[in-house]
Amino acid sequence: MSPLVLLLSLLVLSVAGFLIGRQKALDLARREGGASRLHSLPAYYGALTALWCCLPAFFMFLIWLGFEQSIVTGLMVADLPEEARALPPARLNVLINDIRSLASGNIVSGEVTPLMRDAAAQYISLKGIGRMITSVIVLVAAVAGILAVYRGIKPRLRARNHVEKVIMGLLVVCSTIAIFTTVGIVLSILYEAVRFFQQIPVAEFLFGLEWSPQMAIREDQVGSSGAFGAVPVFAGTILISAIAMLVAAPIGLMSAVFLSEYADRRLRMVAKPLLEVLAGIPTVVYGFFAALVVAPLIRNSGVQLGIDVSSESALAAGLVMGVMIIPFVSSLSDDVINAVPQTLRDGAYSVGATRSETIRHVLIPAALPGIVGGLLLAVSRAIGETMIVVMAAGLSANLTANPLQAVTTVTVQIVTLLVGDQEFDSPKTLAAFALGLVLFVGTLFLNIIALTVVRKYRERYE
Amino acid sequence: MNKSAGKSVARSSSGRGRTIDIVNKGLKSRYRKEKRFRFYGLLSIVASVVFLAFLLSSIVLKGYSAFLQTYIKLDVSFEAGMLDKQNPGRSDFQGIVKAAIRDYYPDVTGRQDKRDLFSLFSSGAAFQLREEVLNKLPEEGSSISLWVLADDDVDMLMKGHMKRDVPEGERRLNDKQLRWIERLEEEGRIALRFNTTFFTAGDSREPELAGIWGAVKGSFYTMLVTLVLSFPIGIAAAVYLEEFAPKNLATDFIEVNINNLAAVPSIVFGLLGLAVFLNFFGMPRSTPLVGGIVLMLMTLPTIIIASRAALKAVPPSIREAALGVGSSKLQVVTGHVLPLALPGMLTGTIIGMAQALGETAPLLMIGMVAFIVDVPGGFTDPAAVMPVQIYLWADSPERAFVERTSAAIMVLLAFLISMNAVAVVMRRRFERRW
Repeated sequence: MSPLVLLLSLLVLSVAGFLIGRQKALDLARREGGASRLHSLPAYYGALTALWCCLPAFFMFLIWLGFEQSIVTGLMVADLPEEARALPPARLNVLINDIRSLASGNIVSGEVTPLMRDAAAQYISLKGIGRMITSVIVLVAAVAGILAVYRGIKPRLRARNHVEKVIMGLLVVCSTIAIFTTVGIVLSILYEAVRFFQQIPVAEFLFGLEWSPQMAIREDQVGSSGAFGAVPVFAGTILISAIAMLVAAPIGLMSAVFLSEYADRRLRMVAKPLLEVLAGIPTVVYGFFAALVVAPLIRNSGVQLGIDVSSESALAAGLVMGVMIIPFVSSLSDDVINAVPQTLRDGAYSVGATRSETIRHVLIPAALPGIVGGLLLAVSRAIGETMIVVMAAGLSANLTANPLQAVTTVTVQIVTLLVGDQEFDSPKTLAAFALGLVLFVGTLFLNIIALTVVRKYRERYE
Repeated sequence: MNKSAGKSVARSSSGRGRTIDIVNKGLKSRYRKEKRFRFYGLLSIVASVVFLAFLLSSIVLKGYSAFLQTYIKLDVSFEAGMLDKQNPGRSDFQGIVKAAIRDYYPDVTGRQDKRDLFSLFSSGAAFQLREEVLNKLPEEGSSISLWVLADDDVDMLMKGHMKRDVPEGERRLNDKQLRWIERLEEEGRIALRFNTTFFTAGDSREPELAGIWGAVKGSFYTMLVTLVLSFPIGIAAAVYLEEFAPKNLATDFIEVNINNLAAVPSIVFGLLGLAVFLNFFGMPRSTPLVGGIVLMLMTLPTIIIASRAALKAVPPSIREAALGVGSSKLQVVTGHVLPLALPGMLTGTIIGMAQALGETAPLLMIGMVAFIVDVPGGFTDPAAVMPVQIYLWADSPERAFVERTSAAIMVLLAFLISMNAVAVVMRRRFERRW
């Protein structure tokens, strides 16, 4: 049975369980003389039956789904002939991948040998047997759940309490997914990054000035050792983010001030949704725009002025990224400016200050922590932004502060290192995870500072 | 305190003139400053709006022509032996098309010339003919006329993206090819027609055969996975944190985690998907299933935060009334609070889904950048999604892909705008203030 069919039949069984359980409760109530003799409403007896039908079975289904691939592959490898199993691990992996793609009908990298064909047939049959066994176990578990609860339904069964306890447990599990995600991110990135640092020392990665992650395929190749000094990559990231913030911070802040203090309702009704449209445009669209319109524009105007501008200049990517962040800065600043109590404004007006004086000398100082927090979040956004820089910034790591030259960023490097075919033990691919670790830790740091600052600020005026 | 006000007070006490004179003297420059400040504010709004207009108009200008496509009318006559009688679908359609072209240009000889001539027609012409033949099953000796796809270079020429008056070496079509096209134009055999291929085909290396449908379907399956997983989980988490969770370290930790995950760069979620789902669990690469799960993890914080705001907006009196008539705590939530908060939760979910629909970076990490021609038929078929398709086309060197990229962006934006419009309408219709 395919997983989808299995899930559907589980659903059908659960509905049946609900109906059966409720029917038995109703019958009991009639015999005992009225529904008030039951501890809970009849529907709760049905729900309890349905829960015991689907939850354990679904859990088993998930376990199988998670480990199907590794178990089946392990069994298949054990059945391979001796000479295939004696291959070095890397070659064996290639072979296994080929067999798997042969089994699923995809393109195979090399020639199809009879050995592979046999193994693929074996793989398919093992998978089929595995699916069949799981289907039987899952369905038996479901039916057993129904029967167990059905026999236990009595007027004094505290069905509602049981159901509520189970549901509460589900709610708790759902709310801990955020924790599991964070843990998953940290562990997976850390694990690969540690493998990288076993080959390249941490100090060389963090402080080295040369970045060229090309590893030789053969030992005797020219330039066979890659250089993994990430400083130029960090510098490029900072340069582009700085340009973006130079655009976004003043424009975003002034838009927020204007919209909340000067604009009348009509203008606000028009301008706010327009800013939201700007925020809703996918980053890949900004990237396309930066690469195809803004970068040539800057390059051509540079040629007119007689300045040498790279066609993948940091300026183009930074400018467009800045525009992307404007609505983000503006909406965060809008929130904090609105949170400043009206009494502060009234006080300033009453001593004769003009509006702009009130804003500059009263509102902004009062809202400063919140604004700084918002700007920090914006910086973290700029650092982590991927598509604009992948499409508009360069690949070569130049250590420069000149915005007219091409630089590369952490995210660009992660994408270029990981897109395409990869083997998972060369420093080249592992370097992407080391960069990812730096990116995650850096943005985490900024986010936590920003979120605490903003929260403290909110509490001050609440 | 206001600085200038403070200064004037200080001066008046020192006995140099009345305060009002000093204030009046400074008033002009202060009003000028006020005006300038206001102008800067307006300027920054205008700057954003101008940029938005610039972006949208340049995409529309670049892309609108992709909705039209150049077709060439070809008279095909089926001579004896051209069609496979037993199995007409297996005839040599490439050869029939070439014969038809040769019939139309009998004066073209020479190998190179012939190759140049055939290259004016798309390689998809043979497939079009095959479909036509299978539909109509023409007799031997009969002939049909058919509008077939032109090559992308011809298409660019017809749309004016390729100049005719530049030297031969600077354009992709040579002078002879231009003369052949001019003959077609004089006889009305070449025309721009609505580009149905773009809306029905998957990706292709040939711009004239490439379409967005495969990516739309891939996006659909991916979004379906994301929605099915993130909506119930998000709501359950929000309900627990807002209605039941005790105020302690554990729930604080969950809260910090959710807020932080909302600000983690999206590419990090891609790294997680690559390391955990692909390498550890061995799930299939490039599939909507994995893409949907990764996007689910990414949109979950958005949905949880929006749902909590919606739950907070339900007044406590409703909960107390329900508790007062004997409901259990869970019954209060499922029977009263949740239905009232549902519109707000749905709005948040739609906004989260719109975000996920436009997301590219994490999907690059899990291999959804592969070149996939087939339109996906399920959750475990390799698929591209719309933003990734845009990225792939934007990287292609052919001039014809530029307009297709812009057109794909228009399609994507149309989806996003309609989703957001639904969210706005829902917010307006169901928003309740107590």
